[in-house]
Amino acid sequence: MNLLSIFVLLPVLMLAGLFLSRTRAQVRAVAATGASLLLAAAVILCVLFMGERQAGNTAPMLFTDHAVWFPTWNIGYSIGVDGISVLMILLSAIIVFTGIFTSWNIEPLPKEYFMWFCLLSTGVFGFFISLDLFTMFMFYEVALIPMYLLIGVWGSGEKEHAAMKLTLMLMGGSALLMLGILGVYFASGAQSMHIMDMAQADIPVALQRYFFPLVFVGFGILGALFPFHTWSPDGHASAPTAVSMLHAGVLMKLGGYGCFRVAMFLMPEAAQELGWIFLLLTGISVVYGAFSACVQTDLKYINAYSSVSHCGLVLFALLMMNTTAMTGAVMQMLSHGLMTALFFALIGMIYGRTHTRDIRQMGGLMKIMPFLGVAYVIAGLASLGLPGLSGFVAEMNVFVGAFQHSDTFHRVLTLVALTSIVITAVYILRVVGKILYGPVQNPEHLKLSDAVWFERFPVIVLIVVIASIGICPGWISDLIGQALFPIVERLSIAAL
Amino acid sequence: MEYSILILILPLLGFLTLGLAGTRLKGKTAGYVGTALLALAALTAYCTAAQYFNLPRIDGIRPSLRPFNWEWMRFTEHLHIDLGILLDPISVMMLVVITTVSLMVHIYSLGYMEGERGFQRYYAFLGLFTFSMSGLVVATNIFQMYIFWELVGVSSYLLIGFYYTKPEAVAASKKAFIVTRFADLFFLIGILLVSYFTRTFDFGLLCSGDSALFASAMGKTFMGAAVLSWATALIFIGAAGKSAMFPLHIWLPDAMEGPTPVSALIHAATMVVAGVFLVARLFPVYYFFTPEVLHGIAYIAAFTALYAAIVACVQTDIKRVLAFSTISQIGFMLVALGVSGMNGHEGTGYMAAMFHLFTHAMFKALLFLGAGAIIHTVHSNEMSRMGGLRKAMPLTHITFLAACLALAGIPPFSGFFSKDEILSAVFAFSPWMGAGMTFIAALTAFYMFRLYYNIFWGKPAEHEHPLHEAPASMTSPLLFLALISLVAGFLPFGKFVSSNGLEYIIHLDVRIAVGSVVIAIAAIFAARSLYRNGTSAVPDKMAGFFGVFHKAAKNRFYIDEIYQFITHKIIFRCISRPLAWFDRHIIDGFLNGLACITGKGSLAFRWMQTGNLQSYALLMIGGCLLLLFWVLFL
Repeated sequence: MNLLSIFVLLPVLMLAGLFLSRTRAQVRAVAATGASLLLAAAVILCVLFMGERQAGNTAPMLFTDHAVWFPTWNIGYSIGVDGISVLMILLSAIIVFTGIFTSWNIEPLPKEYFMWFCLLSTGVFGFFISLDLFTMFMFYEVALIPMYLLIGVWGSGEKEHAAMKLTLMLMGGSALLMLGILGVYFASGAQSMHIMDMAQADIPVALQRYFFPLVFVGFGILGALFPFHTWSPDGHASAPTAVSMLHAGVLMKLGGYGCFRVAMFLMPEAAQELGWIFLLLTGISVVYGAFSACVQTDLKYINAYSSVSHCGLVLFALLMMNTTAMTGAVMQMLSHGLMTALFFALIGMIYGRTHTRDIRQMGGLMKIMPFLGVAYVIAGLASLGLPGLSGFVAEMNVFVGAFQHSDTFHRVLTLVALTSIVITAVYILRVVGKILYGPVQNPEHLKLSDAVWFERFPVIVLIVVIASIGICPGWISDLIGQALFPIVERLSIAAL
Repeated sequence: MEYSILILILPLLGFLTLGLAGTRLKGKTAGYVGTALLALAALTAYCTAAQYFNLPRIDGIRPSLRPFNWEWMRFTEHLHIDLGILLDPISVMMLVVITTVSLMVHIYSLGYMEGERGFQRYYAFLGLFTFSMSGLVVATNIFQMYIFWELVGVSSYLLIGFYYTKPEAVAASKKAFIVTRFADLFFLIGILLVSYFTRTFDFGLLCSGDSALFASAMGKTFMGAAVLSWATALIFIGAAGKSAMFPLHIWLPDAMEGPTPVSALIHAATMVVAGVFLVARLFPVYYFFTPEVLHGIAYIAAFTALYAAIVACVQTDIKRVLAFSTISQIGFMLVALGVSGMNGHEGTGYMAAMFHLFTHAMFKALLFLGAGAIIHTVHSNEMSRMGGLRKAMPLTHITFLAACLALAGIPPFSGFFSKDEILSAVFAFSPWMGAGMTFIAALTAFYMFRLYYNIFWGKPAEHEHPLHEAPASMTSPLLFLALISLVAGFLPFGKFVSSNGLEYIIHLDVRIAVGSVVIAIAAIFAARSLYRNGTSAVPDKMAGFFGVFHKAAKNRFYIDEIYQFITHKIIFRCISRPLAWFDRHIIDGFLNGLACITGKGSLAFRWMQTGNLQSYALLMIGGCLLLLFWVLFL
């Protein structure tokens, strides 16, 4: 069996295992084992992939497999990975793994919770390994729907409203996407839904102009593209911890991934032609998200707006359409995924203790829970781009790459986006200063305890990964650079 | 000289071990571990310096070595960030300064920080800082410098906010980080501009003076100035942020909320001169290609020196006096760089700036450590709580006096020699500016001796418990630094460091030397007569005479208030809040409206789907009739 199919099969097996479990201990055992196996498989995949590349295998996609399942429309289960998908799979495995541990004590209905969680992971992994547009779209939907229940049932605050808003907005995106995908399929005239086959067939530029915006916006909604980002603050604020982690950490990456894998790769001429509109929108996202984060008082809202800013940078960099900036975009996906997951995990742990997320009601927590406090500061430093942590390498690739663009308009926009590094520092330090430092705000908080092992464990894992990317970025940027080569090549041919 | 990498690795090791071991280390263990590692690093730095300065010159020029270079991250074919070590006269000199002061601060803190909560955290951060600062000075390319530039910024943030339960310390640390980050934004833009046109980050290439490299950047103009001038000016803004030049100086006085030894290390001797170092590092670029920016630097620095010296005369918190004095002295260094030329005698300014950086690091660290010893005993930063301390603290008194004399520029203390070189460089550039700088030097002597007499002379203030001299761990660094401040002036500094790498022979300009010493002594006597007894009514009268001006100086000319206005009123109230409102009500409102319209729209069609069989039948029959009508008659 193909190595990649494991990533779809394992969550399905976990589902079955969870279905059969009776006690909480069994549920935990199944979830933890499954997640560990997924992580191990992701690491093995990574190593094998790099081994193949070292050995000189330059095929664009490795570990490919193909099985037809709807011959009429030439839809098949086609899988394969390049460097970027491998990294995305690794990221997803890490977030799922850590998410399971942060949901260790989930209440109520732990079994059902983990089952939906597994279904969601199936969708995510399936999306990243798919090369067939239809299969990819199907997995995309599989990843979105469980979100509705996970937020609606296990969330907090105005959870029903948030769940509905998020699902409806993302479904709206799916509708555009479906239209776009079908359009691309018919316009290309290819006898296959396989991305690589479609890329061979040239889509007329006149049609690209219609379908590129559809696909880009469809995925962009999930990537928090301005002005379609408003599901993010409400959705994140109401979601349970691990769901926020998975959503901001992985699901939002589906958007960015889809944007370059489908929209820009298949329709390079339209990307070159219309890119500037979206560049403006993403540039707005970057600065606007950061400014909005400065005045929020709910920890999760701050993080949601910060995600708008950081994910905006991903799309921004993709639209710069050169290798360096796009490498930065993918690194930013990884980095944002990891640090947002860390943030949401920590916010969940703090909320679990203080029962408030309002920063005005907290203060001096560093003294009470030093472990969580230090971890929060590290997450904050990663977010504001401290060298040695992942945010810096990603941002520098983005900014240096974007600034190499030969067009002045692009360079000026880069300078505008660059201001976000200061604004980010403002809102991060504001939160850190408010909730962690200073005198203890609420005497009740003095009784609170620091993190326990199943909380420490995921936090440490995430910090180690963030730091290792920040210290040794070379291998990641090589992997991404190789994978980007065919995409950038198509884009640069289209530019002529 | 591959072993010089140890200068970076040892403090980093200290940071990691102490940071990870956390509170498990009991008592002073963490301090001993940190200090031992730093002593080794300092030793390595001395060996490196000794070996480097004994290397043969090539064509009379000191060589520039790269014992270590690692390509860390590749952006494009030409642009890549390397992490490496560049040994040349200024970086080796800086390594010696950093490790020496850091070692002294480590030893001193064994006494000063004893029993503090977070003792091991303190030493871990000191290690991080020393690592970052050393990495900054040995950077082989401008991007490596930026990386470590950010790292020293964060170490400074962590150390200023060391007493994190104190709201003032938290606010100060935040302010320091954000102000310097704001400046760093321009630094980064400058780097991007330079690298876009030259396709390199490497200092070796940038500083080669090769005009072909900059041809494209000089050819393009933006708003009447060459792009290269913009780029170097932007890079200088970054330097001005770290080195607290006006108007980006506002974070430094507040940074005094950190533990005093930290102020000595970071906010007096090392990190704040990073900007001077940056300008010195890029000096060939400034001098050959954008001389107008270099002169601009000189004017900004001169203004800052004057401004800070005036403010220092009226502050009452001893650490703040020292902070403003630091700002003023960094201004001196940058003035010297700004007026410097490249070859022969024109290069005096460059050499003088580096010389002053070296001597200033030693005596300013000494002043801060002395102030720390006093604060440790008196438990207050306010001058009014001190007075007559010379009997209780004889060692602190003597060493503090030595540092004051050095700063005032009295021979044979080191400050005299370096300041004299600066003045002669400035006089050569412009006599008016030279006169101005001499006046600032007199102000320096005045405020330092105002401080000195207020602390050590006059009437002792009331204290709850008897005053005592600081422990040996604290006084020994004082004595060591005092010794250096006394003898460092006799170093043939021009043999080690000069603008073009050739040997430079220092000679005193007797007229300027005598003039400045006489003026300084006059200022000291003025301070003596005003503050020695602590009873003189003249200072109050003078304050009354200057009236508004005195009040403004005391409030630091309201620069902080202006910033407060801009950040809180404008950015928060006028940008962030409306944006957040816009997001919640307009954008989200639009989408909610869309959902609402969908809901309302479906209500309009609700009567068609009642689930009532009769109404369905009625509709069906109606429809059939309509169809029939259409087919038959239309």
